[in-house]
Amino acid sequence: MAKPYDLRHYPGFLGVTLLCLLILYAPLGVVAVYSFNGSQSITIWEGFSLRWYVDVFTGPESAKFKQAAWNSFIIAIAAATIATSIATLAATAVLRAGKFRMRTLSIGLISLPLMVPEIVTAVATLIFFNAIAFERGLMTILLAHIAFCIPFAYMPISARMQGIEASYEQAAMDLYATRRQAFTRILLPLMMPGIVSGFILAFIISLDDFIITNFVKGAGVETLPTAIFGAVKQGIKPNIMAISTMLLAVSIVMVTLSWLIGRKDQKNLIQQRKKK
Amino acid sequence: MAGGAATGGSVQSETYREARTWLLLPAWVTLGILTLAPLTIMLVYSFLTKEFRGGVIWEFSLAAYDQFFFDRGLFGDEPPRIEWTYIGIFWRSIWQAGAATVLSLLIGFPTAYFIAMRPQKERALWVFLVTIPYWVNLLIRTVSMKFLLRDEGPLNEGLMAIGLISEPLGIVNTNLAVQLGLFYSYLPFMVLPIYAAVERYNLALSEAAADLYAPRWTILRRIVLPSVRPGIVAGCILVFVPSLGSFLAPDLLGGAKTFMIGSLIEEQFKGNAGNWPFGAAASMILLTMVLILLILSARPSRKGVR
Repeated sequence: MAKPYDLRHYPGFLGVTLLCLLILYAPLGVVAVYSFNGSQSITIWEGFSLRWYVDVFTGPESAKFKQAAWNSFIIAIAAATIATSIATLAATAVLRAGKFRMRTLSIGLISLPLMVPEIVTAVATLIFFNAIAFERGLMTILLAHIAFCIPFAYMPISARMQGIEASYEQAAMDLYATRRQAFTRILLPLMMPGIVSGFILAFIISLDDFIITNFVKGAGVETLPTAIFGAVKQGIKPNIMAISTMLLAVSIVMVTLSWLIGRKDQKNLIQQRKKK
Repeated sequence: MAGGAATGGSVQSETYREARTWLLLPAWVTLGILTLAPLTIMLVYSFLTKEFRGGVIWEFSLAAYDQFFFDRGLFGDEPPRIEWTYIGIFWRSIWQAGAATVLSLLIGFPTAYFIAMRPQKERALWVFLVTIPYWVNLLIRTVSMKFLLRDEGPLNEGLMAIGLISEPLGIVNTNLAVQLGLFYSYLPFMVLPIYAAVERYNLALSEAAADLYAPRWTILRRIVLPSVRPGIVAGCILVFVPSLGSFLAPDLLGGAKTFMIGSLIEEQFKGNAGNWPFGAAASMILLTMVLILLILSARPSRKGVR
């Protein structure tokens, strides 16, 4: 029987969806466009120019921003690497080591940084470093970042591991591979797409963090977000918009990369299932 | 943040049973030292005496909580009255976060429903488009919002150019600006869990109702909404919780009248004027509120489809 209307479609829902995307992208788009403005003012459009991008690299504030960008990059690489390794091991224990008492508790602990409001984590971490008289600086930022990157690395890794059947490593061990060999030669390569996604997400999360970094950084140590925040407090300037646009581009490229890896991987999995 | 996503999944094999202690040890050591221990020490600090130049004196005191809830006059010798300043700031934060949540739900639900009803092939791309902005630096997004909304910004200029308004709307530094900022910051968190719930929803239920002559909006309200309720609850939590403790939106988009919990806490740790035990106590109160909310929302709903 033909329905009088299609229940998949409600009038206006397409409109709201487009509005949603407009809201999500309009502010970013506007800043990106204005970063190419030739004018000294952020209000009047004076034609296309790359002067503010040149200013970021050679201008009077360039040394400060380069140092901040370097700090951000080093911390993000280190935090993402360590968090991804920890998350990979933890996911193996949670998904491939049978049931045990600490299992649920471990899952809870891993997702704890996601549940505690960021400002509370920031306060707690600052107080902790103060209580043990640990001097604030790059090291404190790195340690704090490792902690909150773990759940973000864990999510795609655990999702990926759930898609790999246990028969692979069992087959390896039937052929006299040791458990260590089954892990490094079979499970780890199969896990790679998840591990790469986890690393990328952790990297972006670390690169983007402002609140926790702002609390635990020492005096004079800046990452890109804290440097941008300090500059923005004195008003939005065109060079800040140029930096923001570059950072925006880095995030979008990395997330797209992670997404494409995930999608290709999923297609492969579907094809494998079809072959059976 | 994305709370439900790290649920862990089911056990798949026992291959690494003997190694499990060693596999979990790095996670336990790292998170134990860097998350559990700091939260515990923060609880301790909230019961200590403040040092006037930041930091604490190791002496038990209830002063921080007392200052939060009670006013004892300038010299602390008057009978205690309820102190409304900080309760007011918490109340405003709840209200702001609530408004941002409602706004995200109004935009997020139709979007999620629309995406979930697209052909399978298209869905991933739509979801991806909604997710991208989340991965862009929150600071940059908030600054962008300020750039767009400010009196000389593109929004006001555009509206004036087409003659809809004759003078700028003056949104920046108001509660509305903060609400819009929070809404913008966390909108993807509303869409994703609702999308996941609608995607699992069995459309045959809607069709059965339609066969019985139910109007389409009645179907949406009475059949679809109750079925996808867990997704809606998750979305609301994921928007409300980070909004409640947010610092950037009220700091950059708001003014003195839009002070929220995040700013109150941050102020206690900046420079020499701060009060560490008070900041720790305010953080504990915020954390308690959030945990209660999470526990309440995690309880399985007993209501089915009616």
